[in-house]
Amino acid sequence: MRRVVPIGPYHPLQEEPEFFKLIVEGEKVVDLEINIGYNHRGHEFISQTLTWDQVPFLVERICGICSDSHPYAYVLAVEDCAHITPPPRAQYIRTIIGELERIHSHYLWLGLAGHFIGYNTVWMWVWRYREPLLDLFELIMGNRNHYAINKIGGARRDILPEDYPEIEKYLNLLEKKNAMFTNAILDDPVIRARLENVGVLTKEEAIAYAVTGPTARGSGYACDVRKDDPYDAYDKVDWNAIVFEEGDVLAKAKVRLLECDESIKIVRQCLKNMPDGPIETRVDDIPTGEGIGRHEAPRGEVFHYVRSDGSNMPVRHKIRAPSYMNIASNVVAVKGYSIADAALVLAAVDPCYCCTDRTFVYEKGKKKYSGQDLLRLSLEKTEKIKRRYGK
Amino acid sequence: MDIVRILFSYIIFPGFIFSAIVGLFLTWIDRKVTARIHWRVGPPWFQPYADFLKLLLKETIIPEGSSKTLFLLGPLLGIISMSILAVMLFSMNFNPTSSFVGDVIVIVYLLALPPIGIIIGGSSSRNTLASVGASREMTQYFAYELPFLISLVIIILKAGGSIKFGEIVLAQQAQGPFLYSISGVIAAVVILLCIQAKLSFVPFDSPEAEQEIMCGPYIEYSGVALAIFKLARAMMLFLLPLFLISLLWGGFADWWAIPKFLLIIVLIVLIKNTNPRLRIDQALKSFWIGLGMLSIIGLVLAFYGL
Repeated sequence: MRRVVPIGPYHPLQEEPEFFKLIVEGEKVVDLEINIGYNHRGHEFISQTLTWDQVPFLVERICGICSDSHPYAYVLAVEDCAHITPPPRAQYIRTIIGELERIHSHYLWLGLAGHFIGYNTVWMWVWRYREPLLDLFELIMGNRNHYAINKIGGARRDILPEDYPEIEKYLNLLEKKNAMFTNAILDDPVIRARLENVGVLTKEEAIAYAVTGPTARGSGYACDVRKDDPYDAYDKVDWNAIVFEEGDVLAKAKVRLLECDESIKIVRQCLKNMPDGPIETRVDDIPTGEGIGRHEAPRGEVFHYVRSDGSNMPVRHKIRAPSYMNIASNVVAVKGYSIADAALVLAAVDPCYCCTDRTFVYEKGKKKYSGQDLLRLSLEKTEKIKRRYGK
Repeated sequence: MDIVRILFSYIIFPGFIFSAIVGLFLTWIDRKVTARIHWRVGPPWFQPYADFLKLLLKETIIPEGSSKTLFLLGPLLGIISMSILAVMLFSMNFNPTSSFVGDVIVIVYLLALPPIGIIIGGSSSRNTLASVGASREMTQYFAYELPFLISLVIIILKAGGSIKFGEIVLAQQAQGPFLYSISGVIAAVVILLCIQAKLSFVPFDSPEAEQEIMCGPYIEYSGVALAIFKLARAMMLFLLPLFLISLLWGGFADWWAIPKFLLIIVLIVLIKNTNPRLRIDQALKSFWIGLGMLSIIGLVLAFYGL
């Protein structure tokens, strides 16, 4: 007998609005329907009403966890459009913040994963060692979460040399604790029993669903913008991309845990080789054109596209967050597993629903446009624009 | 006079009110120790009582279309059986020679009532998650009952074939606690893990996994009914360790019982906090294959007097 087990519209654990309809037979999940669109805030539109320098503060608020990723990708996009190269010191500062943010985001996921399998001690312990990092952010940038470090043409704040020892101190603590968590989690037979061979996403499925970030790297698909298309200081430091072939939840956890070690390595090298000099270049105006910015956020590739008509505002700003790609892959990853595993598998992609939200138009309780309809509308509009410009 | 005494023992001491008050206090110990393990501060000592009182003042909502009788019977079964169990445990320890009818078979039935209450309540809630929880509770009940019963047989064997409580306690006073032998240790380990499952504590809390099925059978409960469910759980936290002590660790008629009792509580809380939740199929496997085999080995050892 088929029944529907709802997760949402208000997720009991992740405290974000989304709706997973698990269609189950007994305890086995046979199908999954994903509904999003409860939290659409129209960031792309708002950003087209703000000036170039105001947008980073707006896109920073798309996501509270990876709040550095969106402004990072946005300034990369604008710099691509305006052909600006930020000074080396600014590049290093951005890289350091990007990597520290990766550590705090991965630790947030790790704690939540512990909570999802009912292991609250892991949750509390992991977050205990994430806390000093947030204090560190406050020390460097004055804010625990919204750092506002990115600026078109540079960085807004310098990392003072007297703060280096504090960062180094935290990295030393984290290195020890990360090794502790890696051993504790990978050696625990009960944790392995819960995570191993659960929610397997094969490499083919990963490519077919175009997943990014740790979700893809846990499935043996080595895509990492930092390696594939290096920006800022990423090609000036030595680090490895972590890839595991298994595709289960354990592999994703391993990717995240070991990536924290790589992040520590990157931050250490950046601090050591940090050049002196200015932290920003003067940007007078953004010329007509378009630009693309890609940043490897903790959850995967975040993509920003901007188009300028030479005025002080973007005329088009398109954002694609990594969770948008990753959440869709849940449909195949969760099939065939029990309800008990489903909560964990749905969380294994480290979903961020506020990044993902899109609008849906409902009319009389039915979705007005399906994917095919939207494709048709988009093609029609392209035709209209072509006709308007006489091409 | 006798009627008054019987009513007093069932309702006030050591029955309902006494075990409820101590049980709620023990839930505070559970919460406080858990909090300290988590590096948190934890609640003040009166928190469980405050929670209970608050729930009593809330409205009890009965879901539309559910059977009212069954829905309200579910929580009641738990506290009734636990009150009776409290009286039996205390009378067998402080008055082991009395002719009070209380034996292991009765206890097995009394301990079956709280899960049956949960199953009845969960299945009468007309909620998908509650019925998933109820079916898991049923599976888990059948899972832990097998090793639990075999361990009770070990105890009966060691007591010379007697199923009377008083005689089990007297046998331990004569020849030392059953725990101090290999089969006794095996029985204690198995019963301790079964207690963990009876209390629905991690790693055996899948019937009410808040992260998966949002507390399962309790999802539709509110107000007084929920408070009574919580109370039954608190009483179990008090009585099940006492049950273990009286069957295996020489009874609790002396002051040594207090450190023994606290040790068992801390063990339960530690197991709860150092394990993730097992899936229901994994729990079934570990009870039937793992602990089932272990208890059969214990049975064979007990048969040869080890």
